[in-house]
Amino acid sequence: MIKLSSVKLSSVKEREERGEPSGMPGKKKGVLWELWKHKSLYLMTVPALCFFLIFSYIPMVGVYYAFIDYDFAKGLFGSPFVGLKNFQYFIAGGLNAPIVYLTRNTILYNLVFIFLGNILQCMFAVMITIIGGRIFKRVAQSVMLLPYFVSFVIVGTIAYNIFNTNYGVLNSVLKTFGGEGVNVYMIEWVWPFIITFFNLWKGTGYGMVVYLAAIMGLDREIYEAAKIDGCNIFKEIRYITLPLLKPTFIMLVLFSLGGIMRGQFDLFYNLIQRNGQLYRVTDVLDTYIYRSMTVNFNLGTSTAAGLYQSLFGFILVVSVNQIIRRKNPDNALF
Amino acid sequence: MDCNRTVEKLDYESRMGGGMRGIMKNQKLSSSEKILRTFTYFILTCVSLICVIPFMLIVSGSVSDSAQIMKFGYSILPRGFSLDGYRSIFLFPKQIAKAYGVSVFVTAAGTGIGLVVMTLCGYAISRGELRYRNVISFIIYFTTLFSGGLVPWYMVITRLGMKNSIWALVIPSCCSSFYILLIRNFMKTIPDSLMESAKLDGAGELLILIRIVIPLSTPILATVGLFLALAYWNDWYLASLYITDADMWPLQYRLYNILNAASKIAQAGVENFTSKILPTETQKLANAVVATGPIIFLYPFLQKYFVQGISIGAVKG
Repeated sequence: MIKLSSVKLSSVKEREERGEPSGMPGKKKGVLWELWKHKSLYLMTVPALCFFLIFSYIPMVGVYYAFIDYDFAKGLFGSPFVGLKNFQYFIAGGLNAPIVYLTRNTILYNLVFIFLGNILQCMFAVMITIIGGRIFKRVAQSVMLLPYFVSFVIVGTIAYNIFNTNYGVLNSVLKTFGGEGVNVYMIEWVWPFIITFFNLWKGTGYGMVVYLAAIMGLDREIYEAAKIDGCNIFKEIRYITLPLLKPTFIMLVLFSLGGIMRGQFDLFYNLIQRNGQLYRVTDVLDTYIYRSMTVNFNLGTSTAAGLYQSLFGFILVVSVNQIIRRKNPDNALF
Repeated sequence: MDCNRTVEKLDYESRMGGGMRGIMKNQKLSSSEKILRTFTYFILTCVSLICVIPFMLIVSGSVSDSAQIMKFGYSILPRGFSLDGYRSIFLFPKQIAKAYGVSVFVTAAGTGIGLVVMTLCGYAISRGELRYRNVISFIIYFTTLFSGGLVPWYMVITRLGMKNSIWALVIPSCCSSFYILLIRNFMKTIPDSLMESAKLDGAGELLILIRIVIPLSTPILATVGLFLALAYWNDWYLASLYITDADMWPLQYRLYNILNAASKIAQAGVENFTSKILPTETQKLANAVVATGPIIFLYPFLQKYFVQGISIGAVKG
């Protein structure tokens, strides 16, 4: 390494002696020369690169698990190759196949989370800015951000505390008013609402702060000019704040669209747990993959579903990015 | 240093009462504006209540009398008053102390290691003179676009011998490409002339990083550190995958097990204790309170930094 680089160095010197332009720094010089010249900087990236090599790139090789009948004794490359057999269970069953309802659930939940979430966050941020009371403002903001800080296990506890059939708050309130208790865990249709509620409950405060930061970054002079022109508060919101927030809104939505195939595993898993009756409306790809591995010990199916999720998500992100790039290159992710 | 200025500005504005467009007290309001304002107050009050009530439900459940809970179920206000739930936790102080110990260790170690690794990398690829900085950035960014999935990741980690090791809770999530790129973007705004003059004085890259760049990047590093710490503290997922030894469970996973295997615990407990000593329903909630306590307690002090952090992330990200 040292020898090679010293050779390179001397060749650079020679070139300079010959009066050739030594400009265009680095462009003509070799890879090793560049690595040696900035060795301390490159060394600094080594721990992080090792991390991603071990925990991201080596596992990419492991998608091969999806195509084998894994035998613990034989290992990854010794186990028999079975082609697409592992995908069979995942895609069999026509419209009732796991792949169909899992994809539908994952995408629909995420779309609702993203759009409803962003709209609410934006709305509350605007609301916070137009009210006067300083203390109220502070308290409201703090309180709304609070749920962001608790773990999803606590979210599960809260749901349990409210909906539990025997002791839940909901049922005891219903009984107090002479109604009959309901077993919420048996009713499919309410769960999309409950899940959406808890997602919004946990995330709205965070997003609101993002939008507040964006609002504060807006040019104050525009508002002053508008005020002089006799603009009232409704018009201010309608014609100044919202249009100026539009780029932020679009950017945040696009960022989240990239992860549309990834579910909020913690949220779903803690709310539903292993309540098989609700899977049709509440199971997402992440929970399915997790269960296939940890509960059913079906490595092949789990990897197959994971590979489908990764590939589909990748194609989605790249195509969304292509579309954005064509329309508005500034908003492109990469 | 536009970032620093942004933070100062945000801080200033929040001190001045927040928004872009606070309605001044002496300003005349039209009636429709008054209605809007009342409506806004109303909505925000409702939303704030919705955010707080679940916590109150848990606290009120945890101090309820378990016999009444078994009979009537939870309510919004505590039914009776009893600290049995808490008492049963502290009957076995070793368990909760161990879980606390694991959580504290994991949070401290993970945040420390993560910050060091990510700062080093973020700094290196923020330097314009590094020819392959974009290649490295792409290598890091690509991991967010495509991944091998859960099983291969799990197999790699178990092959490394991390199953039932405390490092399984620390190492696999210590680096995030998003944070590295956030740190890089922040450090890019530090003028090159500072580094060049330090170099002329004979400082090496590491010295420049420690003496010049890190002190100038404290806002972003504090932000990343806080978010990492929060993620580690709230994590139960890694424990659920890699830790089967109950002595090494972090707080959240212990809570998860108490909630989900409540019947199991009750059965195991029945042999040794009567149900009066082990009120499982209130105990669950008491555990939840004990596990969340530190966060709620620290929240008022840390909230400001989180808000600043989210704002920097929003501006820079």
